[in-house]
Amino acid sequence: MSFVFFLIAALTLVGGLAAILLKNTVHCALALTVAFAGLAVMFLELDAQFAGFAQILVYIGAVAILVVFAILLTRNAETPKDGIYSRNWFAGLVIAAGVFAVLGWAVVHSTRVLPHETATPTVMVLDIGNALIGRYVLPLEIVALLLTAALIGAVIVAMHEKEAAK
Amino acid sequence: MIENADQIFVLLKHWIVAFLPAGFEGVAGVLISVIAIIAVFPTLFAFAVWMERKGLARMQNRIGPNRAGPLGLLQPIADGIKSLTKEDIVPLRADAVVHFLAPVVLVVVVFMGIAVLPMGRNMTLVHMDSGLLFFFAMGASTELSVFMAGWSSRNKYSLLGAIRGVAQMISYEVPLLMSSVAVVMITGSLSLDKIVAAQNQYTWGLPHWYIFTPWGLAAFLMYATAATAETNRSPFDLPEGESELVAGYFTEYSGFKFALFFLGEYVGMLSISGLGTTLFLGGWSAPFAVFGWVPSWFWFFAKVLMSIAVFIWIRGTLPRLRQDQLMNFAWKFVLPFTLLDLMVAALWRFMNDGWARWVVCSAILLLAYALMGGVGMSRKHFGLRKYRYAE
Repeated sequence: MSFVFFLIAALTLVGGLAAILLKNTVHCALALTVAFAGLAVMFLELDAQFAGFAQILVYIGAVAILVVFAILLTRNAETPKDGIYSRNWFAGLVIAAGVFAVLGWAVVHSTRVLPHETATPTVMVLDIGNALIGRYVLPLEIVALLLTAALIGAVIVAMHEKEAAK
Repeated sequence: MIENADQIFVLLKHWIVAFLPAGFEGVAGVLISVIAIIAVFPTLFAFAVWMERKGLARMQNRIGPNRAGPLGLLQPIADGIKSLTKEDIVPLRADAVVHFLAPVVLVVVVFMGIAVLPMGRNMTLVHMDSGLLFFFAMGASTELSVFMAGWSSRNKYSLLGAIRGVAQMISYEVPLLMSSVAVVMITGSLSLDKIVAAQNQYTWGLPHWYIFTPWGLAAFLMYATAATAETNRSPFDLPEGESELVAGYFTEYSGFKFALFFLGEYVGMLSISGLGTTLFLGGWSAPFAVFGWVPSWFWFFAKVLMSIAVFIWIRGTLPRLRQDQLMNFAWKFVLPFTLLDLMVAALWRFMNDGWARWVVCSAILLLAYALMGGVGMSRKHFGLRKYRYAE
């Protein structure tokens, strides 16, 4: 737990909190990006280069942009003065706490499940590639199929609207 | 002597570092490299701007800047001083914080991408196992800056420019990545150093650059197209199409913030040319084995500046595309072709060395190009333009 760790953790937490508490929706999206960037730097700090860069590429490069676009294209640009708060925030809190509890439990108990992992493993990108194509090829293909289906679905939805407009 | 000329910057760095007390060497070495990058690339930016203004002027039968310094070479410095002394105007309704952050984010992200480029033998700032991934991760973050600039200005032209820009950058990022993946497949590494090392071999005095293979040439052409679109250069400069959107997403920027956008755009161009050079044009390796004595960094920067010259040439030649043409081109031609090129690269990898794979791979690519081009052209209706929305 070095100074750098606390710095990154603070950045991530501030970004996350700002994403919840800010009033302007676009500001929230940008604050969320800061949290994503903090997580990416955290991965890099832990020597997980691939995870860190994938985090930047996918979350900042794609997800954040998508969120921002969705905000711009689906609602009026003007946000109400007092911001938008969900009425069932309590359910959200419970779900968040549940997810946090499960993840925390998994992290705490990982030492018991994998007792022989003493030194930090050095994982090269090459190893990740080999694992994805070798051992985990089935999950990878299932994800690919799911994404292709989603892509085709999105195109069909978009096509339908265009015909209706005519 | 030849060795020294090649390694002059590395030796210079070691020489400076040697003056510092022990314990600071690591930090000082990194700092010196960073300072070098921050000094060299804006200088190249100034030179590229001068080259662009002069080159475009010649193409349009003008003289171009010729007042400041010999041949107008000092013009970029004059421009820089002018933009520094200009008033920094922020629109009243603009989102001041985001408006301020947008150019900063752009410049920071663009400079970070340069860190992994091998600019010469032993001249990579950060040796990364996944350097290519890092470069693209940084490149993907520039979209956010474009959006921030356009949104925070509270100006419809800015917002339209930002939406166009982000849509275009997302669309062309896919072929950009895909065309680079072919190189990764052949080299078997994401490390840019290894990619250059794989190309730095010679047969009969000719280099093994990837552009001199059928799949490599196709990938390079697709990469160049996507790179032009990624950097919002003409003929893909719709996000800042001045005839429609004033200046696109940076309409509301003035003074030094505008200069920062300008800088970010050109350094982005330089870095994406640098990556193209590294991936397809052999990086810092000499074009012929007999030129091996010329310093490696010279070749890298010469190739980058050549790419910039091609960018300028294209800008002076081609008219701007329409938004639907731009999108159709990305998704219906460039992307399928890069996917096919991936298959061809795999075929190339697993076929035996010899003339057979040259013939087969070239034939597949040429046939596909002719077919796709033919189908695409047959769907075009030439004649009077039909206006769908503006009757």
